[in-house]
Amino acid sequence: MSVVHELATSAASRAEGLAHQRIATVVMIAFFALAPLVAYPVFLMKVMCFALFACAFNLLIGYGGLLSFGHAMFLGTAGYASAHAAKVWGFPPEFAILFGTACSALLGLVTGLLAIRRQGIYFAMITLALAQMMYFFYLQAPFTGGEDGIQAVPRGKLFGVLDLNNAWAMYSLVFAVFVGGFLLIHRAVHSPFGQVLKAIRENEPRALSLGYDVNRYKLLAYMLSATLAGLAGATKVLVFELASLTDVHWTMSGEVVLMVLLGGLGTVFGPVVGALIIISMENYLAQIGSWVTVVQGAIFVICVLTFRRGVIGELGRLIGKPL
Amino acid sequence: MEIFGIPTQALFGQLLIGLINGSFYALLSLGLAVIFGLLNIINFTHGAQYMMGAFCAYFLFTRLGIGYWWALAIAPLAVGLVGMVIERLMLARLYKLDHLYGLLLTFGLALIIQGLFPNEYGTSEIPYAMPQELSGGRNLGFMFLPNYRAWVILASIVMCLATWFVIEKTRLGSYLRAATENPALVQAFGINVPRMITLTYGFGVALAAFAGVMAAPIYQVNPLMGADLIIVVFAVVVIGGMGSIMGSIVTGFALGLIEGLTKVFYPEASNTVIFIIMAIVLMIKPAGLFGTQR
Amino acid sequence: MFSKRSIIAAASLACAASLAQAQISDGVVKIGVLSDMSSLYSDIAGSGSTVAARMAVEDFGAARKGMKVEILSADHLNKPDVGSSIARQWYDVDKVDVIVDVPTSSIALAINQITREKGKAFLVSGAATSDLTGKACSPNTIHWTYDTWMLANGTGNAIVKTGGDTWYFITADYAFGLALERDTEAVVLKNGGKVLGKVRHPLNAQDFSSFLLQAQASKAKIVGLANAGGDTTNSIKQAAEFGIVKGGQSLAGMLVFISDIHGLGLDKAQGLIFTETFYWDLNDQTRAFAKRFAAANSGKYPTMVQAGVYSAITHYLKAVQAGKTDDGTKVIAKMKELPTEDPLFGKGTVRADGRKLHPAYLVEVKKPSESKGPYDYYKIRATIPVDQAFRPMNEGGCSLVK
Repeated sequence: MSVVHELATSAASRAEGLAHQRIATVVMIAFFALAPLVAYPVFLMKVMCFALFACAFNLLIGYGGLLSFGHAMFLGTAGYASAHAAKVWGFPPEFAILFGTACSALLGLVTGLLAIRRQGIYFAMITLALAQMMYFFYLQAPFTGGEDGIQAVPRGKLFGVLDLNNAWAMYSLVFAVFVGGFLLIHRAVHSPFGQVLKAIRENEPRALSLGYDVNRYKLLAYMLSATLAGLAGATKVLVFELASLTDVHWTMSGEVVLMVLLGGLGTVFGPVVGALIIISMENYLAQIGSWVTVVQGAIFVICVLTFRRGVIGELGRLIGKPL
Repeated sequence: MEIFGIPTQALFGQLLIGLINGSFYALLSLGLAVIFGLLNIINFTHGAQYMMGAFCAYFLFTRLGIGYWWALAIAPLAVGLVGMVIERLMLARLYKLDHLYGLLLTFGLALIIQGLFPNEYGTSEIPYAMPQELSGGRNLGFMFLPNYRAWVILASIVMCLATWFVIEKTRLGSYLRAATENPALVQAFGINVPRMITLTYGFGVALAAFAGVMAAPIYQVNPLMGADLIIVVFAVVVIGGMGSIMGSIVTGFALGLIEGLTKVFYPEASNTVIFIIMAIVLMIKPAGLFGTQR
Repeated sequence: MFSKRSIIAAASLACAASLAQAQISDGVVKIGVLSDMSSLYSDIAGSGSTVAARMAVEDFGAARKGMKVEILSADHLNKPDVGSSIARQWYDVDKVDVIVDVPTSSIALAINQITREKGKAFLVSGAATSDLTGKACSPNTIHWTYDTWMLANGTGNAIVKTGGDTWYFITADYAFGLALERDTEAVVLKNGGKVLGKVRHPLNAQDFSSFLLQAQASKAKIVGLANAGGDTTNSIKQAAEFGIVKGGQSLAGMLVFISDIHGLGLDKAQGLIFTETFYWDLNDQTRAFAKRFAAANSGKYPTMVQAGVYSAITHYLKAVQAGKTDDGTKVIAKMKELPTEDPLFGKGTVRADGRKLHPAYLVEVKKPSESKGPYDYYKIRATIPVDQAFRPMNEGGCSLVK
């Protein structure tokens, strides 16, 4: 939550153009770099993995206007693939992550070709259907270990030297992955590609008549989102040393929607803040038992009814600058 | 005689069972379709409301000693009323926005309801007895059909057709349909459109609760009974064509049959077959089998 | 990063004055009850497990013995990553010494691994997988209450011996169900029985009539339900409706808890046969425990999982006291060394592979007319002696066994 606070103070520096976003980015990076001194590192690593997942999801809905209700399939696919590669084939961690990410990218291509021709609710439903099929596949496939999951995935040595069983080494890797992914999305959004995406979201027929190959842009965005979600999933597997069905279940797809909605749809920092809040709740409210679900539901309702812009969206409006 | 190694007699039995399950799909998806057709809201709370119907029947029995038959009327009314309150207080604020917000709001409500009930009732089975009149069954030659299951098919078909008739063939239904096309115009004719919408939502919810009461004697009654079902019912509605009344009824029964056959030939996939069909249908006919693209 | 050893060293230095706590890290024994508080398994374990843990600490008289014991509890939401991050945090930050319960095999297996890495202690009561004392066995884990092998063996053996020699399985299509089916099938075949067929249903299926019809058509004497929780109760409920039992077939539940029977009601569950390791109405001590427990747990009687939590913590505290340390590996070794004794499971031992041994009971659900009131549900048909109840140590493939 201190991110929010720092963002608010950073807003005071009346920077021109995107300068305030740059400052906010620096503040966020500094936050994650320094936080492990006070907070529990495994918890922070989980937050960063989910933050990247949420950012990837946000890329699709916030900038492409496409609500996917099956994004868990990318998180889980990369997770299973990298867990299998690391444990059974003995891949070093960097290749395991790359392999997992590549699998999600491929899945993104295949499902994207099927899904992107539909819009709105139909797009959401078709992604849900595809994700349910993937869930069934992972439930049945022998290599996933069914509901036992793939356990005891070795973290290994990064580039053959850096032992990831050391908490600091692992933290640095997750940190680097998260920051890299975040900057990549940031870059994509502000590139001409991102501008075309926004144009398509605002008015698809117009973008089409301007000569843009709308479907190709959408597919690219979808694949990029799938790939980054996969990157998050593959990294998460190394953090927890396990891959399980939870990551491909439809409730996970719902949870990422919750994170992005709470943080702010289509904002740069919203998904990160949303992930931070939701994961903290899961972690620190664990003592109150089934009230966690109630609180999550209440947040959903309150967000939709009163502040649809989300935490960061509202904040951005308050300071008059997009965050 | 055998078909693919399965005796025809056994196959008949399985088809009949498929039809029974289809009855539940039809009732639930009909409620969703009515709500979507007139409110443009995807009601994710439907599964929770189905559960509330079953629980309401249970309360009526344990607290007030009211039996199954009265519960069949009272529970839908009660849950429908709760639904109307929700519509007035929350959903009504979202009509001007993208459908997705309605989906998100009802998703949140479902989480709240399904999180509250376990605190009180745990998550194991809540007992609910079958009405005396319908216990037992008869031997049809190819299978033993419990009387209650026969009643499920009958009640569901009557309910579905009655709803279809009211919406498609009566004056009230034509107002409703007109109100979705052009609410301002219908309002100008002196019809209270918001009230009509509230009642419609209440009716859709009541259908879910009705299905819940029907399910109570034979399926497991617990706070999470609707949680996974809702996803399947969604798929049914999407395949039938969102908002199409007849579409949801026909698809509900048809998918029950298909699922029944899957349970014989490849039972592991019986939960997934509906999603495979949904993906195929959306590929070929994006608006669903009976729908028209909006 | 968390130089755990130096913290322990510092803490024990600080406490060195007090002899009784010579090796207790930060002076407190911290017990973490990690369970499913909100969904599928919350009735068989859940907050009831926390109640049982509190009672165990109270009855042990920790305060009287000069031992400080704290209990933490948390909900793992049935998600392996939530469970494993809570466990890590408990061990690293909150200085928890032992984690107890953990229903859901995937989460138990994950925590089994973490506990071993951190050198702490793990007492499993809620999870079923017999891998915990097989290929995943660890010097830091004890599997307390029951496991898949014991369920399959107890029920399978007894039924085949009393004439139920043809079986049809209705199996939940996931690792737990498949393990149950595999183990039971082996027992049935070994005793000269036959398996006429099986059908696999997806997890959390709603309607079982189709599977039940297939079971009916097989004409097998026994319909084995290799599933758990809602799937089992649903199967039993619908079997009654379709007249499976009236038609002369019997149902055998592989994993059934008293809370399931309570929900089903005796008229639907009567005649069902299965195996448990604890029943509240065994003797005066168990009855007294059940009464106190129910008073603290909104009237619900203890399941074997909750009783197992009580028993496990009792023995754990005994071992901590005897060994004067709460170092995980050492306490577990001590627990294996000392014989166990508590009012619920009686006398027993902990085997080298981490298997807690006690007798199991083959129970049959009473007819409504035989029951005197709520929770008077079982007739004990047979007691399976300690040496037959669990898998022989050399068959598990545990690396700790030489």
